[in-house]
Amino acid sequence: MLRVLKSFGAFWYDFVIGDDWQVAAIVVVALGLTALLAHAAHVSAWWLVPLAAFAALAWSLYRATRRT
Amino acid sequence: MTAALPLVLTVFVACAVEAIEALTIVLAAGLTRQWRSTFQGMAAALLVLAAVVGVLGPTITLLPLATLRLVVGALLAIFGLQWLRKAILRATGHKALHDEASAYLREVAAAKAAPVSSRGRVSDWYAFTLAFKGVLLEGLEVVFIVITFGDNQRDLGAAVLGAAIAVVVVTVTGIAVRAPLAKVPENAMKFAVGIMLTSFGSFWGAEGAGVRWPGGDAALLVIVPVVAVVALAYVGWLRRYRAPAGLGPPAATPVPESGGVTG
Repeated sequence: MLRVLKSFGAFWYDFVIGDDWQVAAIVVVALGLTALLAHAAHVSAWWLVPLAAFAALAWSLYRATRRT
Repeated sequence: MTAALPLVLTVFVACAVEAIEALTIVLAAGLTRQWRSTFQGMAAALLVLAAVVGVLGPTITLLPLATLRLVVGALLAIFGLQWLRKAILRATGHKALHDEASAYLREVAAAKAAPVSSRGRVSDWYAFTLAFKGVLLEGLEVVFIVITFGDNQRDLGAAVLGAAIAVVVVTVTGIAVRAPLAKVPENAMKFAVGIMLTSFGSFWGAEGAGVRWPGGDAALLVIVPVVAVVALAYVGWLRRYRAPAGLGPPAATPVPESGGVTG
């Protein structure tokens, strides 16, 4: 049972997170900040998620090519 | 129907990529082992997928739209960025191209080496499990794309149509040529899908977080090209300044036929 749960978890980790967990972390943080700005400060920061996505991709590519 | 065309096309391309990968595995199992057990594996995987759709479909529609968009947007943006990352690394020579022909040969070699054993009504357990895993894993990605895109756009029919056309086209082509679809520009397709998933994910995610996009849904018409331009700029950046060791100057860098982002 534990083996099944572990492989289920590993599948979803690979499915969602993939090769670089930092990309996922940056997107989640950006969405959290966007929600905070929208609900606490009433700022519609529509630009934040796309900018964070571009930054996350650049950072991930930089790290991946640094190793090669 | 015209309004649903971008949705149908996006789901079609995304699902075609997954269907090609599943077809490669099924062909390797069927042609080298045994078609009966391969079809049993496929049928078992399709039953599991149907159960997943049966459970996930109604559950996901019960969620409030804002929550759904936040969660699904985050997942799609992360998923899309992973696809884009891989496609860019492949297009610039930092990662080996996902070659369906060589993937097929690897599967064939492994299938030929594996011993034959039967379990219950399945006469070749290896062919069964190979087909089951291939169809289930790729199928789960298709289900994820169809449900998330269809539900967010409130047009599940268009998403199902795009996926169904993709699966039928890939299956019929695969049966006709009886070989993995090696000539398909898979990296270019993944690049395009990565752009669409990242764009839709960012749009829905931010909307779910409480943002009002300038222009409403029309903002997507700006987001998609901007994401494409940025991704292409990253390809140029890696080719220009971060060429893989062992290759010549960028102008002389050989780009395999299916390796470039334009195919």
